[in-house]
Amino acid sequence: MRAQQGNRFFFNVDWVTILIYVALCAIGFVNIFASIYNPENSAVFNFGSSYGRQLIFIITALVLGFTILLLDAQFFSVFSPIIYGGTIFLLFMVLVIGNKVAGNQAWIAIGSFKLQPAEFAKFGTALLLSRYISSFSPKFTEIKSIFFAAIIIGVPLLFIMLQPDTGSALVFLSFMFPLYREGLSGYFLLIFLGMIVLFVADFLLPIYLIILIILGIGGFFMYQNRKRQKVLFTVILATIIAIAYLFTVKLIYENVLQQHQRTRIEIMLGLKTDPKGAGYNVIQSKIAIGSGQAFGRGFLEGTQTKYGYVPEQSTDFIFSTIGEEWGFLGCFVVIGLYIFLLLRVINLAERQRSSFSRVYGYCVASIIFFHVFINIGMTIGIIPVIGIPLPFISYGGSSLWSFTVLLFIFLKLDSNRMGFI
Amino acid sequence: MENLFNRKYTIQALFIIVALILLGKLFYIQVVSDKYFLSAESNVLRKIYTFPARGVIFDRKGKVLVQNEPVYDLMVIPNQVKSFDTLELCRIIGIDMPGFYKRFHKATVQSRYQPTVFEKQLSVEIYASLQEKLSRFPGFLVQNRTVRNYPDSIAGQFFGYVKEVTQKDIDDNEGYYRPGDYIGKAGIERQYNDVLRGERGVTNMLYDARNVPQGSYSDGKLDTLARSGEKVYSSLDIEVQKLGEQLMKNKVGSIVAIEPSTGEVLAFVSSPGYDPNIMVGKGYNKNYMGLLAEPNRPLNVRPISGYYSPGSSFKPVDALIGLQEGVIDPDMTFNCPGYYWAGNHKVKCEHVDGNVALRRGLARSCNTYACNVFTKLMTQKRFKNQKLAYSDWEAKVRKFGLGAPLDIDMPFERKGTLFTSNEYTKRFGKYWGYTTVISLAIGQGEMAATPLQMANIMAIIANRGYYVKPHLIKAIGDKKVIKKEYVQKNYVDIEARHFEPVIDGMQEAVNSPWGTAVLSRLPNIIMCGKTGTVQNPHGKNHSVFIGFAPRDNPKIAIAVIVENAGFGSTYAAPIASYMAEKYLTDSISGYRKAQVEWMKKQVVLPEQPKPKIKLMPKNTDSAGKSNPTAPVATANKIADKPKPIATR
Repeated sequence: MRAQQGNRFFFNVDWVTILIYVALCAIGFVNIFASIYNPENSAVFNFGSSYGRQLIFIITALVLGFTILLLDAQFFSVFSPIIYGGTIFLLFMVLVIGNKVAGNQAWIAIGSFKLQPAEFAKFGTALLLSRYISSFSPKFTEIKSIFFAAIIIGVPLLFIMLQPDTGSALVFLSFMFPLYREGLSGYFLLIFLGMIVLFVADFLLPIYLIILIILGIGGFFMYQNRKRQKVLFTVILATIIAIAYLFTVKLIYENVLQQHQRTRIEIMLGLKTDPKGAGYNVIQSKIAIGSGQAFGRGFLEGTQTKYGYVPEQSTDFIFSTIGEEWGFLGCFVVIGLYIFLLLRVINLAERQRSSFSRVYGYCVASIIFFHVFINIGMTIGIIPVIGIPLPFISYGGSSLWSFTVLLFIFLKLDSNRMGFI
Repeated sequence: MENLFNRKYTIQALFIIVALILLGKLFYIQVVSDKYFLSAESNVLRKIYTFPARGVIFDRKGKVLVQNEPVYDLMVIPNQVKSFDTLELCRIIGIDMPGFYKRFHKATVQSRYQPTVFEKQLSVEIYASLQEKLSRFPGFLVQNRTVRNYPDSIAGQFFGYVKEVTQKDIDDNEGYYRPGDYIGKAGIERQYNDVLRGERGVTNMLYDARNVPQGSYSDGKLDTLARSGEKVYSSLDIEVQKLGEQLMKNKVGSIVAIEPSTGEVLAFVSSPGYDPNIMVGKGYNKNYMGLLAEPNRPLNVRPISGYYSPGSSFKPVDALIGLQEGVIDPDMTFNCPGYYWAGNHKVKCEHVDGNVALRRGLARSCNTYACNVFTKLMTQKRFKNQKLAYSDWEAKVRKFGLGAPLDIDMPFERKGTLFTSNEYTKRFGKYWGYTTVISLAIGQGEMAATPLQMANIMAIIANRGYYVKPHLIKAIGDKKVIKKEYVQKNYVDIEARHFEPVIDGMQEAVNSPWGTAVLSRLPNIIMCGKTGTVQNPHGKNHSVFIGFAPRDNPKIAIAVIVENAGFGSTYAAPIASYMAEKYLTDSISGYRKAQVEWMKKQVVLPEQPKPKIKLMPKNTDSAGKSNPTAPVATANKIADKPKPIATR
């Protein structure tokens, strides 16, 4: 019976996803090696260097991943409140005993090893959210359900905001996608999109012009729905809220955001260029990626990479190494792998019998998607500089392990899709 | 309620759309635009230049006239500067603290990461004391390069000067020059700049983000070594040149000496001169302004830009044309009553010699004789009118190199003056004839020539009918390349036999007791020449002498002009004789040595014109000249009563 179970285990695991996962890790290792590579000191492979450590991280991550596959699938559902509680505790601890790095209190140092609890909070939250939905079958047309979901997402979000780590906090917005899949109105997505559009417009256009546009659009819908009182009321309310939001944004932007965040946003919107200061990262990153041209300069041939023109190149800006040394072709392959992974995870999620597995699958896809989009968008200057890693590729143990755990829990759940949780 | 399962497609579609947005932007910055690629190159690639040494210039005997001397530029890389003892650095290089901050600020503005010049051209001594302590001044380094050094301190106008390129030079030369390069701005340094400048060396270096060099670009395949400028052999004889400058000291004027057979310029004296070394290095600006402000304009290159009526020295040319046209023959005489009437013009003659033939006419510089010849030329029967006769004459005179630049290898040569008949018509109206322009016969009126042109006329007569374009550089490079135009003979279309009688007259002018320049006669060498006392509308007459020596197989043709010095025989002729003797015999014989010394001491300066530029008083003697006001008083006295030079 046990042997049979073992066979089923290997038969049921989605090896395609694992293959993509290994491919991305390998790409990460190669490019970390390239971005650390120093032409004068390249003779020996060195475990003390970043790429050496990354290799250790990859091996331990694989061990961790397969350990997860050996656990009982029910474990995650059952222990999700405890895991969630544990990550909240770590988030709390980091505020108390954490190390301040560049103004952010995000790390707990354990010996020479640094732990970043925000990375683990993501799958903790994903697990509890899945558990909530599978256990209570909430209807997301009801305010009560939305409220509970918001609490689950909001608590870790709050702690992360306190660090403050805007990048990780933003990733928590990705939970909108599983909620949307489970019945949250599409309007939330639209409102969210509208908020972003208004936010950007706030900087680019004079405020009276935006108000005029809002009133114009609002007026059009009011005229269309002049017979239907209830809809008309909603449209009027929406118009008022939109205008109020506009002013709130200005207010928050000027009083709540920190200077470096303001600068990053202004640089991203092209309002400000500061090649030696805050814009330096993005400019150098764009130069590196752009200089790769269609087919790249080749492995270890990227001058920008080799000579350290892009800061943070092995972690947040690892994509610039890929862009420079492998060109558009390399970028296409990497983005293609991610999209293939995301679409596959969504498809796997949809074939789950249990809603726990399905919701969790959507969480996994959404979190990875947010990371990929924000990270790559940042390196090519379509998103402000937000320090979050590129999943499986960026240098760093916390990030690699948490993404591995995130993904492999789903693979475990998927391999067990015939069973009951 | 809609089927929630379909929401899967919405989410998947969103993922794909976002991926396409990312890929679109990537396609733009990687494939469509090459802006980023170029920025990447400029990020890592630095061109390090090494400056070439300029070419060395030799004199005709192989002596070095210009060499290169190492100087040291103190450079600074602002972002590598750490706190250090600024006072000590200031003390070593001799600047004050405000000067230090000014320089540092300037360098910082130019570039934080690249070496920028902090203090230019430190001397060897300062460099030595700085070198020991350089490690105490992080961010400072020394770059060595070379500047010009002129060991004999002579011939300033001949050399011209070298200067750092201006933005205009950079623009004009379409990117050949970079800031900090040197370019010849005047004289030979300018004329032969392309030959002398050499080629900059370049090393393509890769730099990392912290501005640390990371090795050469593509293994140095594109790197080049600096190549020094070519050697240039000048035709000057440095000893003769030196003598000429000494003789012309405290006088204003020119000496041009040419080797007739080759057209090589042996001496090129422009007085007042200056020491070319003052145009090198830090004092350049101050010294240049000082020279600019001097009343006698030492920056003028008089041998090629000074305009003088040739005066009596033109008479041989007129006589030669007369002989060639057949209007006179050597034995034809004209009566000289001491004047010549041309219509209602009276041309005075200095003496009453009775019947004068060609030989005596030239030896005594008889105006009447010259006017008769000119009249005969202008009234030849074969021309319908005198204007046509004039045009014919003018064309023949032009063959002697008058009225057009001789294309010497020196910038800013002027062409002189010689009117065409149309120009005369414009000036005098339809009705003019030989009587109107009779002063041309004696080299006055609408005729002006540069000293170079006058010397060239002598070369033509010495060669009996041709000249080679005068030039200052006789060969270029190790292979001693000579320009083609400088070996070609230009004939003046006068038969060789006509020269002998003219030369006879010029020989008498110097060598017979009744000659005008008899006091300048050379022992053992027959010099032929012609004095001129040139009327000067601005002041005292100019003293002019042109001649060549020896009579047979001439080796030197010479023109000497001393401004405001009166008769040609007083200053110009003796100076020419010393120059010729020095060149031909390499020394000055016995009793004449004293005359040379006497001549060197003479001060003949024109009355000081009002300075064109107001200057601060301390600049007047910056060029090493004495205060000009004092000598002027003595100069006038001497010029008033020219002393006999010495007795034989």
